[in-house]
Formats: sequence, structure tokens, C-alpha cells
Amino acid sequence: MRKLALSDEILLSIEKPARYIGGEINMVKKNPAEVDIRFCMCFPDVYEIGMSHLGIQILYDMLNLREDIYCERVYSPWMDLDKIMREKNIPLFALESQEPVKDFDFLGITLQYEMCYTNILQVLSLAQIPLLARERTRQHPFVIGGGPCAYNPEPIADFFDLFYIGEGETVYYEMMDKYKEWKRSGAPREEFLKTAAGLPGIYVPMFYQAEYKEDGTLADFYPIQPEAPRTVVKQVELDMSDTYYPEKPLVPYSKVTQDRVVLEIQRGCIRGCRFCQAGMLYRPIRPRDVSFLKKRAKAMLESTGHDEISLSSLSSSDYKDLPELVYWLIDEFRGKGVNISLPSLRIDAFALDVMSKVQDIRKSSLTFAPEAGSQRMRNVINKGLTEETILNGASDAFLGGWNRVKLYFMLGLPGETEEDIEQIAVLSDKIARTYYDTVPKEKRNGKVNIVTSTSIFVPKPFTPFQWSPMVSREYALEKREFLLDRIKSERNAKSIKYNCHDADVSELEGVFARGDRRLCKVILQAYESGCIYDAWSEFFHYDKWKKAFADNGLEIDFYIKRERAEDELFPWDFIDIGVTKRFLLEEYHQAKREMVTPNCREKCAGCGAAKFGCGVCVEERG
Amino acid sequence: MKARLKFSKTGSMRFIGHLDVLRYFQKAFRRAGIRISYSQGYSPHQLMSFASPLGIGLSSEGEYLDIVLEEPVDAECFLSRINAQMNEEIEVIGFTVLEEDAKPSMAVLAACDYLVCVKADKDSFLIDQDKRFSAISRFRERSVIEILKKTKRSEKMVDIKEHIYCITDSREEFAAFTGQRQSGRFLDKELYRPVLFMQLTAGSVVNIKPELVLEALCRQEGREYDRFSYQIHRLEMYGDLRSVKGQVHTPFSEPPCELAPLSEFQAGAADGKEGRAGD
Repeated sequence: MRKLALSDEILLSIEKPARYIGGEINMVKKNPAEVDIRFCMCFPDVYEIGMSHLGIQILYDMLNLREDIYCERVYSPWMDLDKIMREKNIPLFALESQEPVKDFDFLGITLQYEMCYTNILQVLSLAQIPLLARERTRQHPFVIGGGPCAYNPEPIADFFDLFYIGEGETVYYEMMDKYKEWKRSGAPREEFLKTAAGLPGIYVPMFYQAEYKEDGTLADFYPIQPEAPRTVVKQVELDMSDTYYPEKPLVPYSKVTQDRVVLEIQRGCIRGCRFCQAGMLYRPIRPRDVSFLKKRAKAMLESTGHDEISLSSLSSSDYKDLPELVYWLIDEFRGKGVNISLPSLRIDAFALDVMSKVQDIRKSSLTFAPEAGSQRMRNVINKGLTEETILNGASDAFLGGWNRVKLYFMLGLPGETEEDIEQIAVLSDKIARTYYDTVPKEKRNGKVNIVTSTSIFVPKPFTPFQWSPMVSREYALEKREFLLDRIKSERNAKSIKYNCHDADVSELEGVFARGDRRLCKVILQAYESGCIYDAWSEFFHYDKWKKAFADNGLEIDFYIKRERAEDELFPWDFIDIGVTKRFLLEEYHQAKREMVTPNCREKCAGCGAAKFGCGVCVEERG
Repeated sequence: MKARLKFSKTGSMRFIGHLDVLRYFQKAFRRAGIRISYSQGYSPHQLMSFASPLGIGLSSEGEYLDIVLEEPVDAECFLSRINAQMNEEIEVIGFTVLEEDAKPSMAVLAACDYLVCVKADKDSFLIDQDKRFSAISRFRERSVIEILKKTKRSEKMVDIKEHIYCITDSREEFAAFTGQRQSGRFLDKELYRPVLFMQLTAGSVVNIKPELVLEALCRQEGREYDRFSYQIHRLEMYGDLRSVKGQVHTPFSEPPCELAPLSEFQAGAADGKEGRAGD
């Protein structure tokens, strides 16, 4: 029988014990005593969410390919188990071996969203690892962070020994080799950090010093160790068709958010939407060969037994071989009961044809993400979707039998006016009208059903809006009411349902997204006063957060409310993602001029990512 | 082709809920390349159904799953293919081809056998042979065994005496009563000490949970029932060859029930054709 870290008594007293037993299909089994390096990969949120993440699956597979490494996994224990583990002093354990994480060589934490920051501290304290990197000794694991939020790691700098800036496929093996040398040498902990700091893409926060001006902005930021570089350059996987990608992904027992095979068809995006951080971080766009994808799709469906495959990427329609890939998947697997899902697809004739083949038209819905209601605002954010395109797509879809539409917008975009917000209601209504205008009465499949959702715009680092102020929660609440009111006054109000996101959480997300390392104290205090699972509204305590800011003499407004000066030094400026600050500033000016910038395949905008010499930057044009 | 699988569920798999087991089998069939028939409609699903969900924490070597296969397959081939896809703690141990008009196992389920063990790190009066023997004797002599039955809406006292077909600490006596050679071979002897065997009414009309019987036995002896001290292990499930829809026959009723393990249960449309494997 597999050894379990938790007793029967505990497992039978908590919700969903399957979260903690490991043993999933395709789980890697090794003898921990026979490896040199034990690596624990962590997604600091609940199992169902963490298990749905592709990045961890790629790194898990890649690290376990090496015989000298055993990579295991851990997720945030849910609140019920969290309480029991603290009471009984049970150390957090990895799912594979069920052994304590504190005995591992590395704890790798993926940083997918800012609101998981208190959960990082939860994982560290349950694992009985000191929360502050400088308090760790040779017996503790090295704690390394990676993922999108690592592109501004400063608000959590004190909790990490290292950050990895870039795509995991490239530098990990080299770092593991250096680690083995260090481990054999018996040198002090700091020696490994010095070696690592010299590796490309590695940032060791304790080797850097931040100085502030009187107004609170950054005066200087510089390395204080000779091994640490002044600028850390993002690492990029150059050839997406000759790299690590799992053929046997893990198959959980319980139902997780992404209970399907995920096929990443390309990385990066050509579109350059000015609000989108991923669109800048992962430049240049690098498609994978269609033959590589077919091979992986087949292998993964066979090794998992999943009955669904989802194609993953930003703006999937920009993948040139999409029709070939999708029709191949349909021919090959549809007869075997495999569903094919295509998020982020532009609604056009091809999309409708595919959707009609793989979905129940009566049940499925069309998704448009205009992001802004007015054309003026869509120009500001460089979202190249026009009203005409949306209405034509909707009209074709309605004739094809669809009658459900989902629309995604943002509130609080830079320079937004009430007129812009009102246009969200108007556009929603126009789509409803299109249904009644295009589909004759006798052919209608009931009423049209439109769901309009808004989220609150959060300016992110490495986007043209990194200088922009963010709207206050009061503004967000007020404009939500305004929009609801406008929707109610439209002709087809009864066909339109309006959803909106939580304003308090967005505000903090805004603070951490563009925050500096002084915020570490705030996060630490909030965690110690009971904040955890902040992304879950039922556990979010705005009052505790506000107190943590006040007690540490920091203001929320400083981080989100002001328009930042063009020459301000940002906490993340020491990171080089290829895309230059000069380009981002030029884009910010273009946004203010309401001017659109063509996408990468139309015309190179000279963003700077070409220095990596791969993907679209070296594609032949014709 | 309709078929019935018998499988075990032990170790860490005790903590997997029955809907998760269903998903586990769906994926295992796909990996094994065993083609299960699908329901009609736009979101088709594999045609399969369980005899009776096993509570979280219980283990078993007598679980049943009915399936509909797209093409005929022989038992040996089926077992080797599916077991290549199983983990160490769920094993398919039986494969029976069903007649086309066979009713689903959940509809014919009439009784279950259980083995109660005391966990190695726990204590119980049932470990003491004399105390156990006298407790069982007193239990059997009672004319009424009342338990508190909780439903979503109400709580009421119910007499379950007639639904306890057999309760004994003797492996031989239980084997003689049931006519089965059940072993509990899937239980780790280092971890679990067998103390009680019992056969209880099961199915859609009356379903007696073994925990309730164990609790009644503890209470009779003035002992606290600590559910964490015991491992309950399902050994077998039966159908009643004399079943009449909506009624429960026991070994003590007239006519008495005639139990056959679900793996051997072939009675098909004895009283009409309601229900079929699936959904």
C-alpha cells in the first residue's frame, strides 16, 4: 500500500481527500534515495486549479527526464486541512513521495496571479521553511519563483532565494548541474546563490539594493554582489518544435478545472493589445510545427484517456496551420468521442464550421472579447476588432443556429469616458438586434441570450499602460451601476445579462502588479493577520489588508492612482524582456493619440524582441 | 455486448469518491483501447453504471460496474488489457458477459457482505476474543435492533434486526452461510485485524450501512463507536433470484431470498424490462 502523509482520520475529516493522496495516473515514481536532487514544484492554490496548469506539467516532465532529479508536486492545502496541519504540526508534504517539502533541495513556486501571494507564505510556513530567504540555512530548500508574476518579483522579493525570469525549458538543467557541484562542495548557502546569479535569467533578490526618493519612487536599484548582473535578461525557448513537452501528462482522479489534454500550439502573440501583459512578455510569437502538435496530441490522448483536447495559445486564429490541425483532430478523434475545444478563436467562417462540427450549437455560445465598447477606446487599447467584424460574425453564427453570445469588456481603461462605457450597452444591444434582423421568426431557436461581463482594468508592468493610473474601487462600483442602468434602458435589455468582477481584489492586484519590495512587509503582515486565498472572495479580508498598509506606512493610492512620470525608474526595470521601455512609451503615446499599431505580421513595430532572433521576427514575409 | 466487471478498491483509493472512480474507469477504457458504447445525443457518454457506490474510506474486493461494449471481447483478453491500465489499488478481478436483457446491477442488488477490521494503530473491545464472542451472541439474541436512521429530512428509529442476515466472527461460519469463499485477500494483514463478518440487506428499497450495525453493536456493549478505529471492507454483492420489484426478501421471510453474487447473477427480465445498463 502507498504510504500516505495524512492519517485515515484526517483524510476522512476533510473535504476532497483526493487532493492530498497523489498517485495519479502517469505520476512519476522514483526512489528519492537514488536521486541527487529533489525538486518540489508548487502551484500556490488549491489542487483543482494547480493541477490544471500546463507550465508545471511541462517542467515536471522535463525535470523528471533526468535520472538524477526527482520532481514532485505540492499545492495549497484547503482551509480545512490548513487548520489541522497547524494544530498537529504536520509538515507540508509532496504528493509523490508524501515526504516533507522541507527536506527537498528546491521548492519551485509558479506565480500565475498576484492574489496568490499570501498562499506562498502559507506553503512556506506549513512546510516549516523560514518565510524570509535570509533566515534560511544550508538545510533548507532553495525557494525559486517563476511565471508571469516573476516579471515584477519585487513585492515578494524577501520570500524567495531566486527567481527565474523566462521560459523554464532553457536554463533549469544548467542550474541543476551547478547545484550538484555546490552540494558536493559543502560550501555555504550563499555560494550557490552567487553561482546561480551568474546564470542567464536568474535573479537573486538579496544581491540587489533598492533606494527610494522622498516621494516614494525608486531612486536607484543596483547589484551589491559582483556575480549579480545589473540587468537580468528573459530567457526564451527558440525552437518550440524541438523542446520539452509531456507525452504522458498527469491524470487526476478528482475533477479539476482543466480536465483535458492541453496542447499549446504557439507561444506569444502578434497583436500587441496595449493592456495585455502576456502579449508583451512572450514576444516574439513562436508557433509549433503542425507535425509536432499532431504527434503530441495523439500521444497525450492515448496516454491519458481524456475525452477532450483543448488548443491553447493567445489569439489562436493567428496560428497559420490551425485549419489543418483542427480538421485532422476532428477526423482522427471525433469518432472516438473526443471533444475539441478552441478558446480564443476569432469568430469567422472557419470557426463556425469547426464549432458546428464539435459542439452542440443549441448549447454552446459564441465568445467575443471586444474589451471596450467604443471604437475610440478599442483604438486606445489597440484591440483590432471592429464593430463590423463582431456584427458580421454574430450574424453568420445566428444564421447557423447559435443564439448565445458571451461578451467580455473592461471598465476603467485609460482615458475612459461615460460615453465609452455606454457603448458597451449599445454594442450588446446591437448584437441582440442583429439576431432578430437576420434570423426569420420561424427559424429562431427561441430568444437571443447575451451575457456581458466586465472586469476592472489593472495596469501591468511591461505594457504600454505601465505608466497609467488605475481607477479607484469607488469609481469601479459607480460605473458598474451606470452600465447596468444603461443596459436596462436598451431595447433588448431582457436578453442581456450583466456580470462584473470584484473591485476590492482588483485594487490589490493593481498594487502588487506594479509594486516594489517595500510591499513584502505588507504581505507578511496581512498573512500573519489571517489573509490567505485572497483570490477567493469568501476569504478576502479588505480591512486586514488596509490595516497592513497603514501599519507599514504605505499607501495603496501611491501604487495605483498616480500617472507615473515618463522618466520614473520602475521596480521591474532591471529585467529585460526584449521589448524595450522606449517602445512601450511610444505605444503609450500612440494610445493617447488613439492610434492603432499594426500587428507583427503586418508590419514590424521594432519593439525590441527581434534580438532573440526567433519566431515571427525571422519569419519570411510574402 | 453487456458485461459486468468486478473490482477491488483499497489503500489510498479508499479516498476517491465514486464519481471519480467512474471517471477513472472511463479514462482507463480509453487508454486500454476498449471501446465502450456511447449514449445518444450531442454530449455522448460511455454506457456504464455501478451496482452501489462505496462510501469514502471503505475498501472493497467486491465492487461491480456494468458496461456496454461496442464489440465482443473474451474475458482473458479484457482483463489483461484493462489491468494494464489500472493503478496498484484498483484491480479488475472478474468479467462476466451478461445477457442482452439483463437488468443493471443496481436494480438487482439485494445484499452485501462486509468484513470489519480494527486498524493496527487502534484499539477496540472487539479484538478480545471473549468480549467479541459474547457481544455477538447477545446481539444475535436480541429481538429488536434499533438504529437511528438519518435522512436529509428526518431522523427516526428503525428496527434492522431482520436485515442482518448474518453476523459472526468466524470465517468458516460466514463461508458456510454465504456459500462464498471470501478471503479479504486484498486487505493488508499488517494494517487490519479482521474481527467481524456480516451480510446485510442492500439495494434501492432498503440499504443497511455496515457502520450502523457496528455502531449498534458498540452501543449494546456500552462502548463509544469510534469510526476511525475500524476499516470496513466490502467482500461481495448479491442479487436475489426471487426478487419482486419493490419488495425485500430476507433469509427469514416467506419466501426467503435466494442470493447469487452479481458476477453470477443472470436473471434478466423476470418481472418486466425496466432499466438497462447505462446512465
